[in-house]
Amino acid sequence: MTGGSGGLAGAGRDPGLQPERTRLAWRRTGLALSLVTALAVRLGSTGEPTDTLIAGVAVLVWGAALVLCWPRGTGTGPARAGGRTLPLVALATVALALLGALLVVRGLW
Amino acid sequence: MWEAIRRWFDPRDLRSVGEPPDYRFSLANERTFLAWLRTGLALVGGGLAAAQFLPPLPLTHLREVIAVALLLLGATVAVRAVDHWARNERAIRLGQELPASRFPAVLALTIGAGAVLLVIAVLARAVGAS
Repeated sequence: MTGGSGGLAGAGRDPGLQPERTRLAWRRTGLALSLVTALAVRLGSTGEPTDTLIAGVAVLVWGAALVLCWPRGTGTGPARAGGRTLPLVALATVALALLGALLVVRGLW
Repeated sequence: MWEAIRRWFDPRDLRSVGEPPDYRFSLANERTFLAWLRTGLALVGGGLAAAQFLPPLPLTHLREVIAVALLLLGATVAVRAVDHWARNERAIRLGQELPASRFPAVLALTIGAGAVLLVIAVLARAVGAS
């Protein structure tokens, strides 16, 4: 493991199944995002136009995050590590948290 | 600070330092990031659930305070996950030791303290009701 070959050539013979495990981790994350979005939509289903709008934005954020996660959760070869996807999916998580906080605070009046 | 945030979104910047590592290290780092992100998502989900499934609590707006605290904690965990992933990747590429972090300990103590406070609140309510 110490060589640092950096190549993807031997990926198919990795006994640790690292690409497979990484794909499954992405799928679990997509699933968690979906659950959180479902909870946000339920919280936003009050009939108030503002709440509906916030819930709608949460669904858009969820859709964008899933589109980002998809290529990493599927595919056959090992996903290319790193890249912009990771900070963007984290940004989607932050956005969902802030939209949820907005819904909670809005419910106070 | 803005420079650090810009760097998170620029993969070329990350790839410009050190040597390309064994891809397995990068994937392990990515999975660690994803595990942290799911931790953050669990906190966000907990906050959203608290806001709609908890009954109104005796203290005014306590339910909303709990919900917003969990949501902000979840957002913090997500931001910190990106930062730690980027710093790990840099250290791996440079062949340095992985960066140490106090964050897991602080997070565990925060959640533990929150849980103890809630246990006290529940007990106080039970005593008050009887």
